[in-house]
Amino acid sequence: MSWASTENRYGDDKVFDACGLFGFMDTSGALHDGEAIVRGMSTMKERGNGLGSGYAAYGIYPDFADLYALHVMCRSEAARRDLELRLRQGWTIAHDEPIPHREVAGVLDAPILRRYFATPRGEREPGLSEEDHVVRQVMAINTERDDAFIYSSGKNMGIFKGVGHPDQIAEYYRVDEYRGYLWTAHNRFPTNTPGWWGGAHPFGLLDWTVVHNGEISSYGTNRRYMEAHGYQCTMQTDTEVIAYAADLVMRRHRLSPRVAALVFASPLWDEIAHLSPDQQQLCRAVRQTYGPLLLNGPFTVIIAREGEMLGLGDRIRLRPLAVGIKDDLLYISSELSAIHLVQPDIQYTWTPEGGQAIVGRLGQRPQPPAHVQRREPVLESELSYG
Amino acid sequence: MALSLATASFVIERDPARCIACQVCVRQCANDVHFYDADDDTVRAHDQSCVGCHRCVTLCPTQALSVRLNPLEYRPHANWGPDILRNIYKQAETGGMLLTGMGDDQPQRIYWDHMVLNASQVTNPSIDPVREPMELKTYLGAKPERLEIDDHGDGLTLRTELTPQLELDIPIMFSAMSYGSISFNACESLARAATEAGTYYNTGEGGLHPALYQYGERTIAQVASGRFGVHLDYLNAAAALEIKIGQGAKPGIGGHLPGEKVTLDISRTRMIPQGTDALSPAPHHDIYSIEDLRQLIYAIKEATHYTKPVSVKVAAVHNIAPIASGIVRAGADIVAIDGLRGGTGAAPTMVRNNVGIPIELAIAAVDARLRSEGIRHRASLVAAGSMRCSADVVKAIALGADAVYIATSALVAMGCHLCQHCYTGKCNWGIATQDPYLTKRLNPNIGAQRLANLLRAWSLEIKEMMGGMGVNSIESLRGNRDHLRGLGLNQVELDALGIKAAGM
Repeated sequence: MSWASTENRYGDDKVFDACGLFGFMDTSGALHDGEAIVRGMSTMKERGNGLGSGYAAYGIYPDFADLYALHVMCRSEAARRDLELRLRQGWTIAHDEPIPHREVAGVLDAPILRRYFATPRGEREPGLSEEDHVVRQVMAINTERDDAFIYSSGKNMGIFKGVGHPDQIAEYYRVDEYRGYLWTAHNRFPTNTPGWWGGAHPFGLLDWTVVHNGEISSYGTNRRYMEAHGYQCTMQTDTEVIAYAADLVMRRHRLSPRVAALVFASPLWDEIAHLSPDQQQLCRAVRQTYGPLLLNGPFTVIIAREGEMLGLGDRIRLRPLAVGIKDDLLYISSELSAIHLVQPDIQYTWTPEGGQAIVGRLGQRPQPPAHVQRREPVLESELSYG
Repeated sequence: MALSLATASFVIERDPARCIACQVCVRQCANDVHFYDADDDTVRAHDQSCVGCHRCVTLCPTQALSVRLNPLEYRPHANWGPDILRNIYKQAETGGMLLTGMGDDQPQRIYWDHMVLNASQVTNPSIDPVREPMELKTYLGAKPERLEIDDHGDGLTLRTELTPQLELDIPIMFSAMSYGSISFNACESLARAATEAGTYYNTGEGGLHPALYQYGERTIAQVASGRFGVHLDYLNAAAALEIKIGQGAKPGIGGHLPGEKVTLDISRTRMIPQGTDALSPAPHHDIYSIEDLRQLIYAIKEATHYTKPVSVKVAAVHNIAPIASGIVRAGADIVAIDGLRGGTGAAPTMVRNNVGIPIELAIAAVDARLRSEGIRHRASLVAAGSMRCSADVVKAIALGADAVYIATSALVAMGCHLCQHCYTGKCNWGIATQDPYLTKRLNPNIGAQRLANLLRAWSLEIKEMMGGMGVNSIESLRGNRDHLRGLGLNQVELDALGIKAAGM
């Protein structure tokens, strides 16, 4: 019995929620503190209801860059000690500490939060990569224990999430003190689960994180496909499934983000019919092979991993997605307002087509589509207050 | 001949005020129910011979005819119903097996009617198929576990080659019905409708008439235990081949086309002497185990140079999950499963009504087993055995089928009234007969149009239900049991189907 399943007290098929999301990446690798992500996210407070917010940041643990940073939440000190004993059996822990936080009015029921910088040790099953091994370890703990939960398990990155509005959670975790080159953020409007800390976004596995707005109508199909591939979907959320699907498709099957976008939001058959013969064959093969991973229903999502950020909306654009570029900076947001707020000098903004992948990658300066015009800076003197 | 104790199933009521003694009914009834009494200038009926096919009722120009169930004249008995008594009288007279046609007519639980579908409300939008794309396209065949695709910045290159696939515009195909069990006109109607609708029809074990080779790319050609009409041109003409192991209406037994139906055309198509009985053995005499099946699958693949998917059709029986798993591991690209209520041209009544399991439970068991073994992608799953309407199709796909086969529904579209007497060869609707006087009643232009209309109507309904559930592509419905709930089922049944109870 997992902690997540004890929180799904009504046994619903999945979590129903609507949300806001925001993310940006500095493709030059320059680090930014958490101020901008918090401000951008907080301006879309209206999109959540205070039952969950969170942040993911990449490049924040340069001192432990080669170690898995395990962020864990525990119901009690006893549970934490128990979990730690178990971790020490399979991991070499180089350093561990409480996740720094400060008390914030209105943030309630915080679990015990701790992070372990560690390397897995011991025998692996033949054929399993180190990452596969870590996935199994994390899944085992998260499915077996109802008092402890690993909510972040990548290298040189971390997830900070909980029950509260985005500004509250940011303050609780002291998000402004971290410096990263890639940030994503989320606030949520759940309708069927009382918020619990593990249920907030981002969801993570290894260095994958997912923030997601939408309700996936294909969830039953997606979940059963992932289960057949050894992923235990314990959270009853479609967002969790997207994180695992990203891991399967992009890490294990080594498909690029652009191809992953073809998997998750594949072109319509009518669109495929207009492609060149070899591209038709490719898209057909993608749909034939990965049809069970097509994400159907309304969604926008930002999937991130070390050095890479992928923004994607559903094929018929049932949820909002705005994109902006300023030099090396790529912004993805539920609303354009957040991009303008944190980057008044934004050079390009546009609304992507449904299913169009927005990919940011370290070392590659983001490019707008050909049809998007550069915005001229608006001078103060030109503003008319007539 | 001694007096028969079996009483008539139906009574014919003729309204004398309406009847004009035109004798349409006399000419239409192949069972010789109606006859003209010249002395009285009146049309009369032998009720005893009526099978309840409604041909006369439908064609009577003055609507003078009604066919009613013979009012129950037996003393009521919960255990000994009238059908049981009639069967015993018949067998006591003839000493033979009871024969019947079409699918199981007993009131076993129809699980379709105990499952309800989901729809979107507020938290996600339903999708309007009139305004938004709604995709039913389905590919049948083995899928690779993963793809290799190179992303070289300015383009993508596919490195994985897929095995042959069948492309369906709608996930509904016409199930196996042989030329012999049904008329040439019925076969042609099915072939043309499948072509028009972008789907496939199935030859059954009757071979392929030369005039139907033009529809080969919409044809699934069967290889059954009698091997009737199987030769290289036949294999190469079809889009896919299907090895028929079993049939839902008569699992475990073979087939029998009586010699009187083996006309010159049928004898040529099946490659057997005219007028001889066409006997399909119960098992394939070269398949006594799973490894033999594998050999036949690969013999067919070799013969067709791996250009066509190979399907294996079995009846839904108790251990269907491991059987299906074995078939997938033997190399089948498609597993077709035919349930208890699947139809037939002729079957022993006891077998039809008592052997096998409902298709709903079989789909659920097989889909779950193939997933748990990690081989679900290696074959497509086609469900057969009574899809009566588009909602049954949607539920079958939500349980885990890739596509369905329909046959009884198709026959009904062509005019069949489910009299269940296909085995007599006297089908008044020109479908299950080889009598030229009867077969010409089915005009293939009209038959094809009616079948295509049925598929179109069902596809509209499927799109409407999918849109309501908030999915715009059939692959997001496949195996999506979250969209199903059970009504009036016990926990064992819910668990077998892998669904929750309504309200949960």
